[in-house]
Amino acid sequence: MSATAPPPSADAPPRRGATARRTAPSPRVWGLPLLLAAVLGGLYLYVGSQDLDRIERRSLNAEYLLSRTVQHLTLSVVVVVLILAVAIPLGILLTRPRARRFAGPVLAVANIGQATPTLGLIVLFAVVFVAWDVRTIVIVAVWLYGILPVLRNTMVGLDQVDRSMIEAARGMGMTPLRVMLSVELPLAVPVMLSGIRTALVITVGTVALATFVGAGGLGDVISNGIASSRDTVLLTGSVLVAVLALAVDWLAGLVEDLLRPRGA
Amino acid sequence: MSDQTTDRPMIRLVELTKTYPGRTAPAVDALSLDVPEGEIVVFVGPSGCGKTTTMKLINRLIEPTSGRILLDGEDVTHVDPDRLRRGIGYAIQQTGLFPHRTVAENIATVPKLLGWDRTRVAERVDALLHMVGLAPEEYRDLHPRQLSGGQQQRVGVARALAADPPVLLMDEPFGAIDPLTRETLQNELLRIQREIRKTIVFVTHDIDEAVKMGDRIAIFAEGGRVVQYDTPERILSEPADDFVSDFIGAGASVRRLSLTRIGDATVAEDWPTLPFSADASERAAAVAAGDHDFLLLLDDGLPVEWLPSSGGGGLPVLAPVGPDHTLYDALDTMLSNNSDVVVVTDAQGRYRGTLDLPTIQDLIHVDDAAGVPTRVSRSTSRRSGEPR
Repeated sequence: MSATAPPPSADAPPRRGATARRTAPSPRVWGLPLLLAAVLGGLYLYVGSQDLDRIERRSLNAEYLLSRTVQHLTLSVVVVVLILAVAIPLGILLTRPRARRFAGPVLAVANIGQATPTLGLIVLFAVVFVAWDVRTIVIVAVWLYGILPVLRNTMVGLDQVDRSMIEAARGMGMTPLRVMLSVELPLAVPVMLSGIRTALVITVGTVALATFVGAGGLGDVISNGIASSRDTVLLTGSVLVAVLALAVDWLAGLVEDLLRPRGA
Repeated sequence: MSDQTTDRPMIRLVELTKTYPGRTAPAVDALSLDVPEGEIVVFVGPSGCGKTTTMKLINRLIEPTSGRILLDGEDVTHVDPDRLRRGIGYAIQQTGLFPHRTVAENIATVPKLLGWDRTRVAERVDALLHMVGLAPEEYRDLHPRQLSGGQQQRVGVARALAADPPVLLMDEPFGAIDPLTRETLQNELLRIQREIRKTIVFVTHDIDEAVKMGDRIAIFAEGGRVVQYDTPERILSEPADDFVSDFIGAGASVRRLSLTRIGDATVAEDWPTLPFSADASERAAAVAAGDHDFLLLLDDGLPVEWLPSSGGGGLPVLAPVGPDHTLYDALDTMLSNNSDVVVVTDAQGRYRGTLDLPTIQDLIHVDDAAGVPTRVSRSTSRRSGEPR
């Protein structure tokens, strides 16, 4: 809306609006990063005020924490990319009329993936697939865990697109592929993104379990704290994982706002 | 309208049958029907009678089980359906507008599929918005959700007309719209049709809408059969069977009045008239000569005043009916003026004659005597505006 446009009034025949969200960042948008920064600052001051012994210092130094954070993020990114690469095409496929009958069984399998405790899965894989790289084990286990929300939301998102609209699109001569790309997917994006957001948060949280098979990540900091009974270390590890998960969720929220179809 | 059209069939359906898998009874049964070029043909019938299925067979949103579809002489039963549909306008009840696209983008859908360049698309969009009565600069950048239902349907019609297709399919386009707006949209579509002269197939379950919109009406019955395919006049005056007369319902006589224009009706020209300038003695002489209760005073040919023969002041002529009005309008005028006669004028408003209540009653009665049942029926068609 340009600066010269008259203010929208209640009696104006066409209803205007719905563009404000995009232009003015609300406190909601900037509140969370500020809070997370405050938490991290508080943690830094608290740890700095403690008289750290050698065991604590081995975990609580910038180099170590940074390397574990990078490991954590790398594992998470790989898992999420794999989730998206499988769950979105699968979700699209299962909503096509010809493949719809497979939707039930596939969802059941995905449900099992999510219902199974990931820690159990990681340990099981470590025992059964001894030859596998530990990171591969973590990636596969967490991947199985995170597929369901993306798959289910892709299907729900596509299913809630008004049938009459799809039929109008077909009736005007759009090919099925074009209907998918320019009508169905854009209108399914909000629901799909909320599933993806869930998967992101789940993944970042669950990758902390990688430490149990020696695949690194911020879980290392937590387990160091437990193993050495150093509460400061345990606290630092836990807070870092939580802050990371919340930050990822916040970023995903921004993307969600950006990609939401206008007018819908 | 039909007098201006050629009888060349634009759409020809030959023995068209659709049987859904797993069903024995066909949804559309060996249907053969010609839609003449430039006419509006209305498919009307109760729910589940196959009228929408038949429409979707034409643009092959539903593939026929057997039979052929000819469009402008060309057999399109087996051509690429996407290409076929780009040449056929399509408008539906729920409008099917894309909520994430602006009004202009919605209208531009088919032109873009056809690869028109940007300026041609933009010009076409503005011209169409103008045609359907929406100011382009105000509406083109809005999203459908910002429009009222009637405005959305206008955009839907504009979108269907975007690539200037010779054929338009409209599936209950005004079905979900309030009666007042629906009437406006119907009139607008008829006005647009007078300019563009498309071949239109129009589906509705409302017999009133069918009578109003149709140059011809195809009445569908259960099982996808057409029981009568004729002009509205003949459907109302000579229903083919009990199903049709039941479907037309009560009030066929009154409805038929709305099909006859005053211009075609018998107008009595023997009412005593007198120039407005006539003096008192001329008026008295005329009153004495005639046996009517009122004399009509004309001022330079324009009807102005009723003069009571019993003496006293004149009454103004309130609402004369012109050649474009229907017998229904004439009756309505009589009832609302509490009079049993209306003044009929020509297109310029000059006096032509009078039409009285007995004449209209005779018209109805003559047709009744010819065998039109006017019994009260269950009136399945009367629930207009009911969403499917």
